[in-house]
Amino acid sequence: MIVAGVDVGSTGAKAVVLDAATGGILGLAEAPTGFSPPKAGEEVLEAALAKAGFARGDVASVVGTGYGRVSLPFAARRVTEITCHARGARHLTPEARCVLDIGGQDSKLIALHADGSVKDFVMNDKCAAGTGRFIQNMAAVLGLDLDEFGAAAARGQPVSLSSMCAVFAETEIIGLTAQGARVDDLAAGILASVARRLKTLTGRVPLVPVLVFTGGLARNPDMTALIAQGLGVELHAPPEAPFAGALGAALIAAETAT
Amino acid sequence: MAFASVERLKTAAEKNPLVVKEAKEKGKKIVGLYCLYSPAEIALAAGAAPMVLCGTRNDSIATAEETLPRNLCPLIKSSYGFAVQGTCPYFSASDIIVADTTCDGKKKMFEYMSEIKPLHLLYLPHGPHLPEARVFWAAEMRRLVERLEKEFGVSIGEDDLAKAIALANRERAALKGLMDLSRQKPAPLSGMTMLELLFKSGFFADKEEIIDMLEEIVAEVSAAPQNGASEGPRVLLTGVPVGMGSHKVVKLIEDAGARVVAFENCTGYKKTLPVATDKPPLEALAERYLATPCSIMSPNTARFDLLDEMIRDFSADAVVDLTWQACHTYNVEAGKVRRFVQDKGLPYLQIETDYSEADTEQLKVRIEAFLEMMH
Ligand code: SF4
Ligand code: SF4
Repeated sequence: MIVAGVDVGSTGAKAVVLDAATGGILGLAEAPTGFSPPKAGEEVLEAALAKAGFARGDVASVVGTGYGRVSLPFAARRVTEITCHARGARHLTPEARCVLDIGGQDSKLIALHADGSVKDFVMNDKCAAGTGRFIQNMAAVLGLDLDEFGAAAARGQPVSLSSMCAVFAETEIIGLTAQGARVDDLAAGILASVARRLKTLTGRVPLVPVLVFTGGLARNPDMTALIAQGLGVELHAPPEAPFAGALGAALIAAETAT
Repeated sequence: MAFASVERLKTAAEKNPLVVKEAKEKGKKIVGLYCLYSPAEIALAAGAAPMVLCGTRNDSIATAEETLPRNLCPLIKSSYGFAVQGTCPYFSASDIIVADTTCDGKKKMFEYMSEIKPLHLLYLPHGPHLPEARVFWAAEMRRLVERLEKEFGVSIGEDDLAKAIALANRERAALKGLMDLSRQKPAPLSGMTMLELLFKSGFFADKEEIIDMLEEIVAEVSAAPQNGASEGPRVLLTGVPVGMGSHKVVKLIEDAGARVVAFENCTGYKKTLPVATDKPPLEALAERYLATPCSIMSPNTARFDLLDEMIRDFSADAVVDLTWQACHTYNVEAGKVRRFVQDKGLPYLQIETDYSEADTEQLKVRIEAFLEMMH
């Protein structure tokens, strides 16, 4: 029997097709969310199924997660991304006790019980600082794509930025660029400020090993290393980490389908 | 389940603006109050009708922001917005506003409000345990008596005060009776219905009428057969005051499948502390009002005693602590509430928000994930 999890977030949609019996990943797919969350969800589900070599009729159950979860017509159940990321991360790294997810619109820190269930969680406030969107916008200000940005940051010496606010940070970066600051150093400074912002979440949910890093940024080793350095912890970013939410949803689908 | 008595209160409340207007035309004085620290008894003893004015709606905030900083508690902005707009019938009907120096934002906002209406400011001391505080607060009660005597051309005797205390205590008992209905498992009324009743009960010019209606609800609902339906996790809501218009978190909690069974805030249980009847009235009033466990007090130990009691009495499964943006006292105190609740082994969630809908999606994630965590 096969099941699927679909995670439609604010920026990207992801799907995971799973063998319900073994928990083995059969297919993965992702696409930008764009303007239509249900359409993006549909697309990634189809694509993941195609990779797995199955058709829609073969899927026993689909669980939806992410901001777009309410609008997925094919989902049998909807579960929040907090629960799904926890499940997915735990599946990828069985020793996980803590999950850091940097999402498009918000970042979350999730503490797990010894059995893997969610013990507590915190999300950033309304502010954009410390989210994927912030990094994306700052990279765009520097004229870099995300991979270039990560590589630049890895080469640079972090410039200290005083503003954590998305709007003011942009102004500050433009000012520093005008004064001749190097792009590499600015990129490093931006990631350091993100780590500082994330650190404020750790007052309520402490960072305990093993800490799994999920979300789109986790695929970039430079960024993972720099954020880990900024937080002063080791971050585990398994290759499927960007799909942790969809994977968790698929695991929940597997449970409820049997 | 629909209850006739519940509907009756809601319908009666719709006529309240008219009733207040008529009462005023017949010479009744109206006293507008904002906070649980302002003693309604003194207004009653002056022969006036106390009205709990509201600052629970988003629509007046834009107007308020023309004068007040944007980064201020929505409750303060909403109250002031209604005052300048003149769109609240109860504010318009008020002959005088009784306000108090609870938090700094309110205190300074009232300076602007006093340009619109006669306003009496009570200087609330913030150390409830100090004997001097009680003496000072009793003197403030006396100052209010004198102000209303002068303003309304009446004289307020000990008897009037004692009678007013007895009436307000009956109202408190009726409100407590209403809230205690939710001690039942499952709770017979939803949290949203409870909130609507609590909120609307503040706008009746005639106390006897609202007491009767509340007692009727308690009688009808407690006599109704229990429906065995499961109600989801039982949530205790603590933190800032909520009302209709600022109810989004209550609604989101219940939409997510839980039930708000207890309101620890000023809209709810904090209201129900009775005033002692075996002491000189002003002393008794000072003592009771100073004991209100609001986060503006330091230390605010009584809030934790109340939480403890309510978690037990209402069989709460979880605590949600609602704080308004820029409310420093509740936001700072949230850390202590978190520790207290988690030490009791209950899940705790703090939500900081305002009256707008901007963060609804994010709040849904938080609340749903919180409930999923309890499975
Ligand atoms: S303007 Fe700045 S402070 Fe305000 S929400 Fe955006 S990033 Fe945060
Ligand atoms: S909610 Fe907080 S800031 Fe707002 S009026 Fe109450 S105490 Fe003051």
